[in-house]
Amino acid sequence: MSLKKKGLSLYLLLVAAGAVHAETVFVTLEKDNALAVVDPVEGKLIKTVPVGQRPRGIAISPDNKFLYVAASDDNAIKIIDAGTLKEIGKLPSGEDPETFALNPKGDRLYVSNEDDSMVTVIDVAKKKAIKQIKVGVEPEGITVSPDNHWLVSASETTNMVHWIDTKTNVVVENTLVDPRPRAVSFTADSQQLWVTSEMAGTVMILDAKTKKIIKTIKIEISGVTADKIQPVGVVIDKERNRGYVALGPANRVAVINAKTLEVEKVLLVGQRVWNLAFSPDQKRLYTTNGTSNDISIIDLDSQTVTKSVGVGNYPWGVAVKP
Amino acid sequence: MPSINIGFRIIVAVLFIIPLISVNLVYAKAKQAINIAYLTQEQNAPPPVSNLDVFIKNKGVIGAELGIDDDNTTGEFTGQHFNLKKIIVPLDGNFVDTFNKELAGKFEYVVINLPSEQVNQLADLPAAKQMLLFDVATSDDALRNGQCRSNVLHLLPSRAMRADALAQYMMKKRWDKWFLVVGPNQEDRLFADAIKRAAKRFGMNIVAEKTWEHTYDSRRTAQSDVAVFTQTDDDYDVLVVADEQGQFGEYLDYRTWIPRPVIGTQGLIATAWHRTHEQWGAVQIQNRFKEKAGRWMEEQDYAAYLAVRAIGEAATRTGSNEIKQVKDYILSDAFALQGYKGNPLSFRSWDGQLRQPVLLAAPRSLVAVAPIEGFLHPKTELDTLGYDQPESQCKWDK
Repeated sequence: MSLKKKGLSLYLLLVAAGAVHAETVFVTLEKDNALAVVDPVEGKLIKTVPVGQRPRGIAISPDNKFLYVAASDDNAIKIIDAGTLKEIGKLPSGEDPETFALNPKGDRLYVSNEDDSMVTVIDVAKKKAIKQIKVGVEPEGITVSPDNHWLVSASETTNMVHWIDTKTNVVVENTLVDPRPRAVSFTADSQQLWVTSEMAGTVMILDAKTKKIIKTIKIEISGVTADKIQPVGVVIDKERNRGYVALGPANRVAVINAKTLEVEKVLLVGQRVWNLAFSPDQKRLYTTNGTSNDISIIDLDSQTVTKSVGVGNYPWGVAVKP
Repeated sequence: MPSINIGFRIIVAVLFIIPLISVNLVYAKAKQAINIAYLTQEQNAPPPVSNLDVFIKNKGVIGAELGIDDDNTTGEFTGQHFNLKKIIVPLDGNFVDTFNKELAGKFEYVVINLPSEQVNQLADLPAAKQMLLFDVATSDDALRNGQCRSNVLHLLPSRAMRADALAQYMMKKRWDKWFLVVGPNQEDRLFADAIKRAAKRFGMNIVAEKTWEHTYDSRRTAQSDVAVFTQTDDDYDVLVVADEQGQFGEYLDYRTWIPRPVIGTQGLIATAWHRTHEQWGAVQIQNRFKEKAGRWMEEQDYAAYLAVRAIGEAATRTGSNEIKQVKDYILSDAFALQGYKGNPLSFRSWDGQLRQPVLLAAPRSLVAVAPIEGFLHPKTELDTLGYDQPESQCKWDK
């Protein structure tokens, strides 16, 4: 009896501890003009709040105080208080912002202006655009290396990644990649850049020093035609053990061994999976599933999909607050 | 004296040739030029059915211009420069003469926006043998089969691909009893042939077929005429119309004897491009095109865009402007062109047809994109549309 009680109180303690450490997941809902707030441990949608017209890209400031949301049809990036979820300001993004990247310090934000073939550099503190950099046609994927040396922009129609020096904001090198590159992501040590190609169904690993492709991984899944395998979002864990790639209409996430650079397995998630984000402890991975209107939660220890949470229409981007 | 002369010559040679060589080297390093010609002929405006759709004179050329812009954005980073020479033959001009005068020996890549009967007239000219022609206007199945030429690539879907796309969707909807209405023109009969082939392929049943006649009888009105015309002994699920010039097809909807949807060249149409298409980044190119042209992108614009982009993609990937390398790459398995329709586009090695999804569009709504889910193919589902390799009658040696 007492043992049982002890067990129960221990359980309660764990739950309470869990609640303290549990993070909040924010998901932009492209067709609801809203932001979904999810408790991923409970696996529950807490609420949705309005956030502007056609929200897509989302990021959280390094101090976790602000959310930045690209409201594409408002032609602005909204600054949202991550606690109250109230809009507290706007950044001038140029037309139709979709994807953007925040530098590690959080004082520069870089926006892809798809229609103008430009990357806009924004001074976050001054809320001002300070430079426009000409890149290839239809820039989409954009990221800053964790060491803040490189800003990388991928242009979908030019089929290139452009390496921009963050000190000078000048393109210093270009790497030709497979057709329609979508997402770009650096490893935590800034040594590798991973690039997904939607058309070729590949993930390319680039060496950040030479700017050359070290390996091209062609993703193949038995029973799924090559046309359906359209790699989009990509993230790599801090230890560089594994990388994860969202495969769009193949409705799967590929798990890639980051040492051997081979596909280890594929996990079935929701439909048209686009973007990915780790939990702060990197024990879970969250996926936005565009056409099944949910997010999938993947437990990374067991490498299994544990839950899916319905969030709203066309979940697009995802950010996590510890 | 002779020795002085020789010495003088050498000095002259050194003084003049060396700078020329070095300039050339610098130039070659800076930019590699890829020259593309765009050839079209003025067309007579067809009689308008309504004032809604104005006749567009410059279909195609703005697509080519947008393609050059995109190629050159890439070229800025790769040291290549793409030039577009536009040649528009007047209505009463001779396109063969123009071709021989303006293009022969000067261009290797030629985008042609010409009626189907002119395509092989050009392709068979001696000067065209060293060229690669990009047909951005025809849907003719014969040009892709028995009449195919190894120096011609076709950018728009063939009639067979369009009819197959419609048939796949009809099969999915189980609307398998068709009433076929054919216009009086040769093109209408060719479209009807493609419809019949598709019906056979996908197990559709053509329960009735009638030919629409144009007369000047003042007793005929759309309201009375269509109702009478569309009466048949057998019930049908859809009215399939073959009217490529749009002379009567628009009158059918809402005027049939029994309520049935209209598909084919009017109503639900099968097309390479449509203003309702927004997926897979299509919004971006729709916006960019509209900004440039002040109108929506038409099929020929899309085809010309893709033709110029295909040359650009091959030149970039091979780092070459040599026709052999570019053509080999375009026809290789490695070639993958982004066409804003989800799947990568490529050319069928057996007939030069661009392999692509076909849009099924209503005037204000994109209904489906073929190949329709569930139609399978061992290589790529895109080859469920049109003439697959085993069926092709194209022999490249012609």
